[in-house]
Amino acid sequence: MSAVTKEQVQERVVEALASFGPDAGDITPESTFEELDIDSLDLVELAQIVEDEYGVVLKGEDMKELKTVGEAVELITERAN
Amino acid sequence: MSEPESAAAWPPAGCALVTGGSRGIGAAVALALAADGWPVAVNYNAGAQAAGEVVAAIEQAGGRAVAVQGDVADPQAPERVFAQAEEQLGAPVLALVNNAGITRDNLAPSLADEEWDAVIATNLSGAFRFTRRALKGMMRARTGRIVNIASVSALRANAGQSNYGAAKAGLIQFTRTVAVEVARRGVTVNAVAPGFIATDMTSALIGPDLLAAIPARRAGSTEEVAACVRFLVSRQASYVTGAVLTVDGGLGA
Repeated sequence: MSAVTKEQVQERVVEALASFGPDAGDITPESTFEELDIDSLDLVELAQIVEDEYGVVLKGEDMKELKTVGEAVELITERAN
Repeated sequence: MSEPESAAAWPPAGCALVTGGSRGIGAAVALALAADGWPVAVNYNAGAQAAGEVVAAIEQAGGRAVAVQGDVADPQAPERVFAQAEEQLGAPVLALVNNAGITRDNLAPSLADEEWDAVIATNLSGAFRFTRRALKGMMRARTGRIVNIASVSALRANAGQSNYGAAKAGLIQFTRTVAVEVARRGVTVNAVAPGFIATDMTSALIGPDLLAAIPARRAGSTEEVAACVRFLVSRQASYVTGAVLTVDGGLGA
């Protein structure tokens, strides 16, 4: 599998998060899941999307540590490559 | 729940999966959902011929169905059964009826480990794993229906069925909890608790004494249970979730 860029992951994560409610325009790498009103069920669904698309398995403990969109993108990019 | 579903097409672009669909309540449910327009995957464990007959009956009535083998007690079964069902019917599973169930009746002092474990594995753990697998697609689709077939034995004590009653009571609380977790994704999760229904599984139980204890004075039919499942899977039931619908001729009233 070719390398996945951080920009690609960022784009996909924003698209997924926007489908849970917040406006895509409000989602920045610095946004916290709390301020975006992204809850634990949303993060479970995000983990499923990431697993389907990048083969990256994010467990409950991985997700718990993530506070911002940027941290999630970093972790997914790192694991995917 | 995010959206009222009154305006959406129904059934949605998905298929229904009925575990233990080759006979009894499961077969009646498969026929009822097919009559509502769902393509149906009829899961069976040992009854290949009976499952084939259910599929043939659905096709004869103008519906679509496939038979898919799989023992729900097998932790590997969900992945295989869902893959086959979705590939052959060309649509994701958006309605799941966890119906497969077994009994291994015995009084608790002499209940064997294998009798306890087998009933929990099929009736409770199987439903959990099939539900977990189904929720992946349903959450993404923002719609879905899960109906778990519980039992009156979960609600009132039936001597000889401590394993079965515990599994079915567990299934009811599993139903309620998952319903709360996924409600805002438009997925409903409900249970139907049949009383004494005339099937192969209950033929040894139903005698004159038992019938006298049922206010309706008769055993129920599989069609009477299937009608309730059909409602819970329908568009009209979009605001019903976490509910337990008893179908028991008044036995638990």
